Amino acid sequence: MDMQRRNFLKIAGVTALAGISAPVVVNLTSSALASSDQGQTAVAHPAPSGAHGEDAPQGVRLGLLIDMRKLYGHPELLDKATAACHKVHNVPKIDNKKSEIKWIWKTPFANAFTDQSNNHASKTARENDFLVLCNHCDEPPCVRVCPTKATFKDKKTGIVAMDYHRCIGCRFCMMGCPYGARSFNWMDPQPFIKELNPNFPARMRGVVEKCNFCGERLVLGKEPACVEALKEVGAIVFGDLNDPQSEIRRILDKEHTIQRQAALGTKPSVFYIV
Amino acid sequence: MYNKGTIIPGLIIFVLLITFPLWFNAFSKASTAPKIELPPGGQKECVKPAAEMRAQHMVLLNEWRDDVLRNGNRVAVTAGGKEYRKGLQTACMACHTNKEKFCDSCHTYTSVKPYCWDCHLTPSVAAAKKETN
Repeated sequence: MDMQRRNFLKIAGVTALAGISAPVVVNLTSSALASSDQGQTAVAHPAPSGAHGEDAPQGVRLGLLIDMRKLYGHPELLDKATAACHKVHNVPKIDNKKSEIKWIWKTPFANAFTDQSNNHASKTARENDFLVLCNHCDEPPCVRVCPTKATFKDKKTGIVAMDYHRCIGCRFCMMGCPYGARSFNWMDPQPFIKELNPNFPARMRGVVEKCNFCGERLVLGKEPACVEALKEVGAIVFGDLNDPQSEIRRILDKEHTIQRQAALGTKPSVFYIV
Repeated sequence: MYNKGTIIPGLIIFVLLITFPLWFNAFSKASTAPKIELPPGGQKECVKPAAEMRAQHMVLLNEWRDDVLRNGNRVAVTAGGKEYRKGLQTACMACHTNKEKFCDSCHTYTSVKPYCWDCHLTPSVAAAKKETN
């Protein structure tokens, strides 16, 4: 009787131990097997297209290339581009940092390329302003945060467009945009517009506005207003980034270009030669 | 009938009071139905038949808005041999140059308050700050 009980307890103990440790043993052996497999599978199949090495989106992808070398020492040319754009799009001129509306404007190097600025920047970078505008990103953060889909990416052209009819003025997009390319209408903009373009609307108080890559001009076969304004120096090239024959691609293939805050992964469509 | 002298005039006064809105409006000039005028330019044809435009112009404007802004379809519409770019300012007001007559007369009459002109420019506003483009 005693021996039977002792045997019973021994068997029960060993069984319990085996039961508890079994999953651990199975896990250890299977992960060891998996890790030995992994080396081979990684070679066999290249990493699936995820975060890295992603293909550029297909279809027409409009972009802009600003050759700053042609604009150094000519701040009046930057102003000319701004004036042309703002005139065509009925952008008000408000002399107040908080309320001003900008579609395309000039800014120092350190503000334009915040991740590239350093204490020993070249004289050119220190003394010249740079032309900046909406980057019409492939991964636009402003579009992700818009609660009403008032701002959206036009799939046919890659333009990050605004539908002012839907904008509720929450300004999430201004938080989302790392380029400060969006302006909010704190007041009725119409009294601040000197000359009106009768073929383009203005905006109202309480909506956010930004560059539209001159979508309304492109359909008429015209180039964007800023490109046209600087035509004489040819400082801005506009075209389809996905068309290998386009002029913009030809220059992009040849020259070294930079983008604003490329590390953020927004994939801007505006390129700079500095 | 008892109290004929008070009941019958009372009834007459009651009926007059009850029908007050009807006969008051019949003689009043306060809200006359708007008179329709053709646009000053002499254009006879709109992008759709007049009856359809009268009933459905707001639907068409919404469709145009979505086409132009959202669907990237800015193809011009042709009417009476003339091309119009889809849009309130570029198409409608090109012929109907007087917003007060063309829009407001009916909208005021029917007490409709569309918000088009919060952003869009009426021909008179645009002409006041003229710029050729």
